[in-house]
Amino acid sequence: MSDTQPTVTQATLVKKAAPKSDYKPADVSPQRRVQRSFAVRLWSVRHSRLLEWFYARFADMFLLLHPLWKGIGYGRVEGPVKFVEKRVKGFMFDCRMCGQCILSSTGMSCPMNCPKQLRNGPCGGVRANGNCEVEPDMPCVWVKAWEGSQNMVHNDRILTVQKPVDQSLRETSAWLRVTAQAAAAREAAAAAKNGAANTGASA
Amino acid sequence: MIGSQRDENPAGIHLPLDPLPGHTSRGRLERVLRRGEFAVTTELNPPDSADPEDVYNRAKIFDGWVDAINAVDASGANCHMSSVGICALLTRMGYAPIMQIACRDKNRIAIQGDVLGGAAMGVANMLCLTGDGVQAGDQPGAKPVFDLDCMSLLETCRIMRDNGKFLSGRKLTTPPQLFLGAAINPFAPPIDFRPHRLGKKIAAGAQFVQSQYCFDVPMFRTYMQKVRDLGYTEQCFILVGVGPLASAKTAKWIRSNVPGIHIPDSVIKRLEGAQDQKKEGKQLCIDIINEVKEISGVSGVHVMAYRQEEYVAEIVDESGVLKGRQPWKREIRRDDQMVADRLGHILHDDITETQVDMVKTAH
Repeated sequence: MSDTQPTVTQATLVKKAAPKSDYKPADVSPQRRVQRSFAVRLWSVRHSRLLEWFYARFADMFLLLHPLWKGIGYGRVEGPVKFVEKRVKGFMFDCRMCGQCILSSTGMSCPMNCPKQLRNGPCGGVRANGNCEVEPDMPCVWVKAWEGSQNMVHNDRILTVQKPVDQSLRETSAWLRVTAQAAAAREAAAAAKNGAANTGASA
Repeated sequence: MIGSQRDENPAGIHLPLDPLPGHTSRGRLERVLRRGEFAVTTELNPPDSADPEDVYNRAKIFDGWVDAINAVDASGANCHMSSVGICALLTRMGYAPIMQIACRDKNRIAIQGDVLGGAAMGVANMLCLTGDGVQAGDQPGAKPVFDLDCMSLLETCRIMRDNGKFLSGRKLTTPPQLFLGAAINPFAPPIDFRPHRLGKKIAAGAQFVQSQYCFDVPMFRTYMQKVRDLGYTEQCFILVGVGPLASAKTAKWIRSNVPGIHIPDSVIKRLEGAQDQKKEGKQLCIDIINEVKEISGVSGVHVMAYRQEEYVAEIVDESGVLKGRQPWKREIRRDDQMVADRLGHILHDDITETQVDMVKTAH
């Protein structure tokens, strides 16, 4: 068996295809370097204000459809909505489906794309050119988040301290969860108002 | 000299101090900072060994010169003795360690356990860090955990201390008493965001911060101006990270290989022009300390002299930041003397007493 060709692995192919430049950061997988493009993600950050406006309308629409979701059942509608959400947000933001979207607080730059998955701001390792410490070709998602958030109406939302990620919500639809929570809050508010009105009437 | 020092529990150096009003920990570092004294902290180079003597020897050279010693948690993502292990050894000897917790290697279950364990050993200060990426270290194939980030880690520790609860809401029978720290890097982009990020850290629970190596004093001065304008210097003690550079070559290497360290060209030029680069590196560090200590809102320095630990004492001495104050150092105490006397009796006297003899003498 000694006369067989050495096996050509994916890593070998990638290594050959990787651009041969003077800039060779240590210990970065060439696989990662050839497969990534950040054009759409960066477009989303540049148009964060537009997307913020659109997202607000979109959330209202989803909330209007609450009776429909409730009629079909949130559990049953989860599958198809997640299918669409994953693809749309995957294309726009390179979404990782953490299930607890905070794009509106991070300038439309998805923090789950940070190799350290930081949700509260940049680490201290950001390169002088604004690129990531771990992936030298990728612009730091938090440098972009800061730029994006400064274009937005709610530009102070980036200053709130975010809770740690709940890993049990991964691969679930954030859109439906937010809608269900908003509907529940609205109903609770209405119930409280009714209760107050009733006690007011009886008094 | 036999006796106890200021900021030392008279019942034993390994015991926590009496709680003071307004203090959240029972450690010396918080006392020094709240008294308004200029604090000096340093970093212990963690050994790659299982010998406790290595830790004690490395801690000994700081005796009487620093207020607290950082026990680093696999810095640069390289394997070393764990920070919990180093803290266990140091607290036993009466040192005031700052236990670093990095989010890279442990999830929230392990971290909360370590916080309790550390506090039980007598660690009064904890520094919450995100941690370098695994690609920076000797094991780039490791799985990066990053379950919490430095901000949620700070908040977790604060909840455990102030609310007496785990993150899950389960109650602690005795909450840890901690002085919580964080790291800042004013020299990395996005520069405008950095002061606000300090604000976020304060909101999450940071009481003191240690900065990344400061080699660019004007840049730090602008950062501090912004921080003062936002009013954060009243809510948090800021310790500036400084350290000697061994040579211009090392400086260049650090600049291109260690993430997050900003070294301006002027520094490298100054080192290159010197006869003795090592000496010049030390002098540069002293000069930077003398400049930053004058900036209002700076409460201390954090001297990081990696593999040049023997210089820490000289740097602290020559920069005169202690103003004659002597931080705690290990001394012989009365009970130590008693133990020594008794041990001396066992060790040096020739005792060949059998059990039968002991019974006879007892009667």
